[in-house]
Amino acid sequence: MRRPDFSFDRDAFIRDSRPRVKKGLIAGAVGFLVIALLAGATFTLVLALLLGWLVYIPAWNRVPYGRVAVLTVALLAAVLYPYYQPDMFEIPVFGEFPTVDTAVTMMIFVMMALGLNIVVGYAGLLDLGYVAFYAMGAYTAAWFASPQFGESVKFHLGSVGVNPNAQGFHISIWLILILAAIFTAIIGVIIGLPTLRLRGDYLAIVTLGFGEIMPQIARNGDNLFNTGFNLTNGPQGINPIDPPGFGATLGNIGLPESYLTPGSDAFPFLSDSLRLYYWTALVLVLFTVFCSVRLRDSRLGRAWIAIREDETAAAAMGVPLMRTKTWAYAAGAFFGGIAGAYYASFKSGTFPDDFFFNISVFILCMVILGGMGNIWGVILGGSFLAYLNQEGLGNIGGWLNDHFSGQRGAEWVQLWSTDIDVPLYQYGIFGVILVIVMLFKPEGLIPSARRKAEFEEGVADQPLYDVSH
Amino acid sequence: MSTEASRIRLPAAYRPSPLAAIGSLLVLLVIVWLAVNLVKEPAEFYRLFLIGFTNGAVYGLVALGYSLVYGILELINFAHGDVFMLGGMLVATMVASWGLAGAGDAGLWFGILAMLLIAMAFCATINTTIELVAYRRLRGAPRLAPLITAIGMSFILQNIGLVWKGARPTSVDSILPTGDVFTVTLSGTSVAYTWRQFIVLLVTAPTLLLLIWLVQQTRQGKAMRATAQDQDAAAMMGINVNRTISFTFFIAGSLAGVAALLFALYTTTVHFTTGFRLGLIAFTAAVLGGIGNLPGAVLGAVLIGLIESFNNGLGWSTPGSDWTTSIIFAILIMILVFRPEGLLGERTPEGG
Repeated sequence: MRRPDFSFDRDAFIRDSRPRVKKGLIAGAVGFLVIALLAGATFTLVLALLLGWLVYIPAWNRVPYGRVAVLTVALLAAVLYPYYQPDMFEIPVFGEFPTVDTAVTMMIFVMMALGLNIVVGYAGLLDLGYVAFYAMGAYTAAWFASPQFGESVKFHLGSVGVNPNAQGFHISIWLILILAAIFTAIIGVIIGLPTLRLRGDYLAIVTLGFGEIMPQIARNGDNLFNTGFNLTNGPQGINPIDPPGFGATLGNIGLPESYLTPGSDAFPFLSDSLRLYYWTALVLVLFTVFCSVRLRDSRLGRAWIAIREDETAAAAMGVPLMRTKTWAYAAGAFFGGIAGAYYASFKSGTFPDDFFFNISVFILCMVILGGMGNIWGVILGGSFLAYLNQEGLGNIGGWLNDHFSGQRGAEWVQLWSTDIDVPLYQYGIFGVILVIVMLFKPEGLIPSARRKAEFEEGVADQPLYDVSH
Repeated sequence: MSTEASRIRLPAAYRPSPLAAIGSLLVLLVIVWLAVNLVKEPAEFYRLFLIGFTNGAVYGLVALGYSLVYGILELINFAHGDVFMLGGMLVATMVASWGLAGAGDAGLWFGILAMLLIAMAFCATINTTIELVAYRRLRGAPRLAPLITAIGMSFILQNIGLVWKGARPTSVDSILPTGDVFTVTLSGTSVAYTWRQFIVLLVTAPTLLLLIWLVQQTRQGKAMRATAQDQDAAAMMGINVNRTISFTFFIAGSLAGVAALLFALYTTTVHFTTGFRLGLIAFTAAVLGGIGNLPGAVLGAVLIGLIESFNNGLGWSTPGSDWTTSIIFAILIMILVFRPEGLLGERTPEGG
């Protein structure tokens, strides 16, 4: 086995760079104000970022240039994506680059995949009911930022884009993201506490059970226990959900007041609704990535990995099993909650049929395809599968039918007579991905070195999940 | 020395725990609920009992498949329910294409027998193939790995069902005889035990006896039990472990085939998600009875069938069919929390 290369001491690097982060932030803020006053505001944000970056960098001798360069380019490419997307070339077979709309969905699913990665990849607990957390987040947004409880409540807190006299809870989406995350994390703990004692495959089934119960509550929640209390509005779902926005005060300095009506004079580039959703999703993804990295390197993260590799040994070394596992659940649920709430706000509605078991497996598929435990792998797997789900399969189907179908294809390559509906095979394709990855490359496309070693050599004589505390 | 010996012989000391108290309270509540309903509407209760018992028999056949495979490989064969579903679709196709709806008596019974054999062979072949393709390579891998391929296989089979029969439920022609076996009159309402229900029992009971005979009396059954206990030791004793595991999947698949035939003819509708839903119910039944324990699986299945039908039909403070899935999963979760070894299972060092 190739030993992973730890010669770059990342802990020391992070510790040493902390003061520079502070400096960078201050310099960035000052630079932002100065340039905004001098040069109009169009590219101020970009310049401020660059300035902060320059102050942050100067431990030049310790910087792994390749990595920084790759990350910077990737980040810039992601930030500027809405600008160059329409001009991009067509990829063979896959067709055009994903639209900004699809990109938002992709990023939301990447967030969920990263959250599930904490549970499955780091702690090694198979969770087949992750959709429950997604649903919890979405319904939290739906309860506190919609006219749902309009008959009895009128409560506004930083609401944007809503008539100030509107009935129901209308809390700012930013607060709701936090609220949903915390609420979902609590639900994660509640689900976790009775079930985490169980062995791996039983745990999988129980989480699956919760994943099935949640949407059923959502579907039947319009008349809970025949009391007439309408919790979830039943199969019709809850809509409209308020959009995010910065409100009137920040709106005066040019930030969009509401994402749905983003007329901004000071920052013309901020006057496109989809772009705003896109950048916000990007910020959320970056936040999730940051938290994932920091959690992985933390004491807690190392405890997760220890539990994943050998529970008995970890317990013998003094790792508190229950508490550590519960934290994994809570952390995974946290990001699922944020993603769910943001998705609900993006779609401006939440419906019980969005929360089928399929979604749980879909997200699991992302984690497994990319490589359990590896953040970059999960991002790759998540974006690819979410893209396939949204646009890719349709595009591929179109390409196949254009070339091989009897209705349109050239005479000599007509493999089938009528067009085939490729998106119909969606879940079969995901199933094939699961099976093939697990059989031939169980560590995923971009494996984490540790995980790979576990799958190739086995970590202990006991099977990985055979031992409870 | 003597104290130690006596201590070993004593049953485990009874320690009332809060969990046990809550569990007993829940069981008590269910009993009260059933009793009140029984007093209020005895005829309805009896009718639902018959429905639930019949459904439970079908669930039992599927649950046995889970239990057999779990017993030998400690693997939840997620794809099992979908094997069952494909069998049901094959039966639907056969009923339609053979025109059994209009057949005479002899033709009908011959047709049903032929369909039974074909469905069994079909499901057994699929199940064995799945083991060969998706599980065999992963036998030494972490437990997570075969579980994930099982889910993948389940999705593949569901997709095959979807493409085969479309997104709408497929209806199967009703070909079973419609008469009554006997009728019971309770408080003025007469409830019939129909032939349709009786035929389910008529097929299930011999199948179960055959299975028990197979596992307990034959050489092959002995090999299965040995492999379940310890694969390495079994191999050393000259048992072909791979073949025994294949055989177990074959048996589990044939049971799914029997269940598929009965389900398709009895409920007369098959959908590509049927396998997933029924598979989960059956798995819950297997866990309820004690997974790996064959009589337990049947007992659990009958209990689950009864709970389902009572919940769907009873009048007095019943959640209703909207909540069936939730209730079944709540039972599953509570069983795993309160008594992970199941009703008839033995407490293992792993704690279930």
